[in-house]
Amino acid sequence: MKTREQLTAQAAERMGKPVYDDANRAKATEQKLDIQKNSPKLATLEEAIRKSGLKDGDTISFHHHFRAGDKVVNMVVDKLAEMGFKNLHVAASSLQDVHAPLIEHIKNGVVTKISTSGLRGDLAKEISMGLMDEPVVFRSHGGRGSAIANGDLHIDVAFIGASSSDPLGNACGYSRSENAKSICGSLGYALPDARYADKVVILTDDLVPYPNTPNSVSEHDVDYVVEVDSVGDSSKISSGAIRDTKNPRDILLAQQAAKVILNSGYFKPGFSIQTGSGGASLAAVKFIRQAMIDQGIKASFALGGITAHMVKMHEEGLIDRLIDVQSFDKVAAESLKNDPMHKEVSACEYASADEPGSATHYLDIVILSALEADVDFNVNVLVGSDGIIRGAIGGHPDTAADSALSIIVCPLLRGRIPCIVDKVTTLITPGSTVDVIVTEYGIAVNPRRPELAERLKAAGLNVVDINWLKDKALSIIGTPDPLPFGDKVVGIVMNRDGSVQDTILNIIE
Amino acid sequence: MMFVPGNNPGMMADAHIYGPDSIMLDLEDSVTMAEKDAARLLVYNALKTIDYGDTEMVVRINPLNTPYGRKDIEAVVKAGVDVIRMPKTETAEEVKEVEAEIEKVERELGCVGRTKIMAAIESALGVVNAYAIATASPRMMGIALGAEDYTANLKTQHTPDGDELRLARETIVVAARAAGIDALDTVYSNLNDMETFRREVELIKTLGFDGKSIINPRQIEVVNEVFAPTEKAIDKALTILEAIKEAEAKGSGVIAVNGKMVDRPVVIRAQRTIDLAIASGILKKEDVI
Repeated sequence: MKTREQLTAQAAERMGKPVYDDANRAKATEQKLDIQKNSPKLATLEEAIRKSGLKDGDTISFHHHFRAGDKVVNMVVDKLAEMGFKNLHVAASSLQDVHAPLIEHIKNGVVTKISTSGLRGDLAKEISMGLMDEPVVFRSHGGRGSAIANGDLHIDVAFIGASSSDPLGNACGYSRSENAKSICGSLGYALPDARYADKVVILTDDLVPYPNTPNSVSEHDVDYVVEVDSVGDSSKISSGAIRDTKNPRDILLAQQAAKVILNSGYFKPGFSIQTGSGGASLAAVKFIRQAMIDQGIKASFALGGITAHMVKMHEEGLIDRLIDVQSFDKVAAESLKNDPMHKEVSACEYASADEPGSATHYLDIVILSALEADVDFNVNVLVGSDGIIRGAIGGHPDTAADSALSIIVCPLLRGRIPCIVDKVTTLITPGSTVDVIVTEYGIAVNPRRPELAERLKAAGLNVVDINWLKDKALSIIGTPDPLPFGDKVVGIVMNRDGSVQDTILNIIE
Repeated sequence: MMFVPGNNPGMMADAHIYGPDSIMLDLEDSVTMAEKDAARLLVYNALKTIDYGDTEMVVRINPLNTPYGRKDIEAVVKAGVDVIRMPKTETAEEVKEVEAEIEKVERELGCVGRTKIMAAIESALGVVNAYAIATASPRMMGIALGAEDYTANLKTQHTPDGDELRLARETIVVAARAAGIDALDTVYSNLNDMETFRREVELIKTLGFDGKSIINPRQIEVVNEVFAPTEKAIDKALTILEAIKEAEAKGSGVIAVNGKMVDRPVVIRAQRTIDLAIASGILKKEDVI
């Protein structure tokens, strides 16, 4: 009869595994808090980059939860330039004014490719005028999530700024420690990067002891943790947009949008809603809140960029759950930290077209803004009427496509710029997904939704033909000259399903 | 009546979208000396080119004893303004002078009688002469109180409760009613205190004013809410007007609704209720034939 040792050796051989060897095994008996300091994941930024195996031509990714206060993109790309990297592809969830230093890195060949949801400021202007040889690829938030998950957008190294992390990489957009320096709330746009990137580097300005729970990024996905002075300026996450508007035009637009919602047939117990952070959107939320109180109607969830207004309505019991892919202000970020009914979701869980469970599929009503809309209800939120990129796709096409009722709030005129036009400068959200356009001169309903037009007319709302709005705008300001576009493609707009939807040409100054 | 500075094209372009009953484009106090000519040109072009729909268009001109008043009248009458608002009116003669100027321009255009006049009363003398001013011309459609100049002239100041305005307000309403024209109250300029504004609108409604001057679209809602008749009052008014129509069709003069006799004052009040309901946006014109 064979001994157990012989049988174990036999089994190991059959399984192609070694036999366990107990010799020279030592147990770590120091106080555990102390060994955390020796976590093999802790590194300087330079060490983390070296160890990650990053090479020229690779794709690096970033999130934009600190919006205009972000410090990570510039810090990391500066370091990469210093280390001599070239031809990198920056795949950010979005880029802001603060990222203007990328212009130099593009000129020096450090960055040769960009994928993002949006561009603003000097970087956007330079790119619009043809700074890059390779066109920038623009995706919606849901589209980016899908592209990362299905491999269209492969990330070699993700650099994720976090307001707290332990030495193992359990990280959050907030901190529970006394040394908290920053807060951005949800890390939703970074979660697909954390999950699918080959290597993940957490940068944090508050390194806390293990376990940093409840956590949003899991140590399981993290390779390196880098402690830095600051990952972002929290005071800039709201970009100043989150204030009660006193602009009478915004209030008028908000009133009209609220009336559309209340009379749309979708304002029922258990409805779900997403709104933006612009003045008119926020003012509309105030009117809707009052109607919810007056009529005793409660919402099942509010989605998206969560604002202080939504948090207040949740705390008042008017909204059951908050689903948060991005926190638009500090109040929302604090609520995410403290309230279990306020749930952080990834960009995929938020708005992926591929996932049956993504939240947008269960969204009834969305209020969105626009730079321009055209007579076919197509909407542009990316390229200004001067041909210069000045915005972000965000979740615009995702929520418009998946919601039961999409409402675009857009003034007919901004100064001398018409916002209802014959054909949008760039197609971001297809007209087939846009239901209602609210302007201060009247409300246009997509002819695909005749039942909706009837309901709104019956409620006494000023429903007008979209062509009448366009003519009205032109009658006031005249027909603008065509934009001086060149023939170089500076941007490609992807549909959320992965198809190519539109191109952006360079603008000649 | 919403005041809009005559030197602000942005505000002039979309003032009507907020739904005020009337818009007053101002050439007087909100325009500096240096900008008088430019503002006149702007107001002229606004009236000529912007589609203000049903909104009654008023222009506040400079007084005739300034170098601008006559030019203002010529420009805005040519542009087809509905009403000229005279500032700081103190006597019936001033109204007659403006009337003569208007008529001169209208004669040139071949549209004599088209332009109405509203006079702002902004001094003690104006209040004393209120009835004479209100009846100085068949073109007179209303008189309005201008409280800032009036309180200064009275050697007092504007208080939140408006005690200092009591006599002026009551005199102006009585004079307007006696003359069969409208009475409009002064502006309230603190946009951050909507509560006091609402109390003031309630007060002037009780006094009998037809409306309130406003300086920002945000004030429109409060005025409409205060002046809006109740649903019950609207129903009653509609019943009365229908009964009258039926009676007229049958050729009978006196009618009764719910057992009560309906005479002329009742009909007038009913019509006023419906007019207010339309002005406040509760009823639509096409709902009431």
